[in-house]
Amino acid sequence: MQIALSVQNVIKKFGDFTAVDNVSFEVPDGGFFSILGPSGCGKTTLLRMISGFIEPSAGRIEIRGRDMAGLSPNKRPVNLIFQNLALFPMMSVAENVAFGLQRRREKKEVIEQKVAEILARVGLPGFGEKKIHQLSGGQKQRVAIARCLVLEPAVLLLDEPLGALDLKLREQMKVELKKLQAQVGTTFVYITHDQSEALVMSDKVAVMNSGRFEQIDTPPNLYNNPKTPFVARFVGDNNTWSGRIIACTQEGPGEIVAEIETAEGERFRVRSTDRFAPGAGVDLFLRPESMLIEPDADIADLNRFQVVVKSILFDGANSRLLANPLTADTELLIALPQNRQYDYIQPGDKIAIGWHAQAGICFPKV
Amino acid sequence: MKTSLRWSLFFFLTPVLLWLFLLIVLPHIDLLIMSFRMDTDDGKTIWTLSNYLNFFHEPIYWLTFVRTAVYSIIVTLLTLVITFPLAFYITKVVGLRFQGFFMTIILMPFWVSELVRVYGWMILLRESGVINHFLLKFGLLRHPVEMLYHDSTMIMGLVYTSMLFMVVPLISVLESLDDGLIEAAYDLGANMWHILFKIIIPHAVPGIVSGCIVVFMLTLGNYLTPNLMGGKNSLWFTEQIYNEFIASFNWNQGAAFGFLLLVLSSLVIWAGLKMSGQKLSQVVQ
Ligand SMILES: Nc1ncnc2c1ncn2[C@@H]1O[C@H](COP(=O)(O)OP(=O)(O)OP(=O)(O)O)[C@@H](O)[C@H]1O
Ligand SMILES: [Mg+2]
Repeated sequence: MQIALSVQNVIKKFGDFTAVDNVSFEVPDGGFFSILGPSGCGKTTLLRMISGFIEPSAGRIEIRGRDMAGLSPNKRPVNLIFQNLALFPMMSVAENVAFGLQRRREKKEVIEQKVAEILARVGLPGFGEKKIHQLSGGQKQRVAIARCLVLEPAVLLLDEPLGALDLKLREQMKVELKKLQAQVGTTFVYITHDQSEALVMSDKVAVMNSGRFEQIDTPPNLYNNPKTPFVARFVGDNNTWSGRIIACTQEGPGEIVAEIETAEGERFRVRSTDRFAPGAGVDLFLRPESMLIEPDADIADLNRFQVVVKSILFDGANSRLLANPLTADTELLIALPQNRQYDYIQPGDKIAIGWHAQAGICFPKV
Repeated sequence: MKTSLRWSLFFFLTPVLLWLFLLIVLPHIDLLIMSFRMDTDDGKTIWTLSNYLNFFHEPIYWLTFVRTAVYSIIVTLLTLVITFPLAFYITKVVGLRFQGFFMTIILMPFWVSELVRVYGWMILLRESGVINHFLLKFGLLRHPVEMLYHDSTMIMGLVYTSMLFMVVPLISVLESLDDGLIEAAYDLGANMWHILFKIIIPHAVPGIVSGCIVVFMLTLGNYLTPNLMGGKNSLWFTEQIYNEFIASFNWNQGAAFGFLLLVLSSLVIWAGLKMSGQKLSQVVQ
């Protein structure tokens, strides 16, 4: 498969401050690649280097195998959807979409036809004559996408395009965007700080933290096998529990199980990222949904302990219990399935919790 | 509630209306009446159109009139062309930190009166002036040249005087232009000229039109600069009006000229608004 975009060891410095620090990745043609990271981690800076608005301090950016160094944004076969969309308010929808085609001096009939086609494709047929201020947020979103897609770029860059929309619309656009991308087959590079957007839409996600890529992986891998504590914390919810190593055992190729003791004196067996020396401090990451409430006594190989329920955080399908282990005040979030099985649980109750060694992961303490 | 609102409206509006009436409407009515009257030789005052007919019969009058109109338009356009890049530079290129500094520099000449400013130009440009002095000293000229009293000097002076009134509306309209739009256009394949003509100018039209209206009206009605810098053979229409009022004591003729000037400026502004597709109420905002 052809590589649409290749970024190699790109660095961007603003004075002493390194905004993007040695980032490398490749996106195959037709791929949906997301960059997920907290605000200020350098996502926009990276995207602006790909689109040509800023030059990297070092490194190489190739699009379809062609080096982009020194090429201005209007000469690059990529288009950027801006964080605030940047639709031209002085033009109608059709003029906005036709803008790039006119710059290419395409024939008038061709332009008209392409504009009509792409507007139909993004679900806005017949909207050409409308003014930008007459559109709703979601419609503006689609116009911005149409305006870029009509140019058939090698790569479409999207800078948090759903950020300004309300929650319901965002959920809906998320699905639509993914469908649209599959239909048109354009390569998407999508940046966001919303993990759900990244996980739902992408083939591959890169997690970015203060200028660096922490991990590039498929969404399930990112969730299930985080490579760094940052990824474990940032992608999905996680409980952190500090403890120390008692022993590490190799249980198969690349599969290490550590026996740890938490500060409260609980002993667990848990998957480990490395063979740590006994006594080393570690952080144990445990997802709310990997803890089972009152597990059957005959399930083997479960880490078991007791907690006291502090409160019930009801949030529909995402409901949680807030609980403390018996002996300490470490706070744990435990998923509370809304299948009526656990309706009896009240704040103050003492309940048993069990989890499988493979469901947690431990990293060296930082 | 409603009555108190009405009372406050009445309270604030009265001085404004009074001012409008006393200082603008009343004198104009008086002038309008005056422009249709004439003192005959036997001391009587009669109704007549002759003040207006004089204007069309005497080539010197309507030639000056046309000249003033054409030059005012030229000055307005020149001011726009010079000021636009300046305003763009101040709002979009220079960082926020230096914006105030640049504005102060532009404002500074306007802390002194127009008379002093024109006099400054005269010191620079006259035969024994600073520029001639240096040109002679460096051997670029053999004999001093008179740089004052040409039409081009006068236009330069008028442009200089008008720049502030153009730059302020331009800056405010360019400030409201989202940089993202320029970048988006650039990203979509536009070059510098496309961006200028498709994005920046369409966005700036209200500012351009309001700046042009102000500059045009001020230039058309300017008296001092054309008089001092233009010299004897570059007559400005305001000088004609002045001459009728003060030199010839023919107030009726002066009033007629004044009205012709008013009609002219209204016509040109109307045409300008029509051409740019703007509405006066939008532009004035
Ligand atoms: N022109 C610049 N000069 C100096 N520092 C800059 C410049 N542009 C960005 N930065 C810094 O680089 C860092 C990354 O900025 P960037 O805009 O890429 O963040 P981001 O990941 O897009 O954040 P957000 O999610 O809030 O949009 C920030 O700390 C910012 O202050
Ligand atoms: Mg950003």
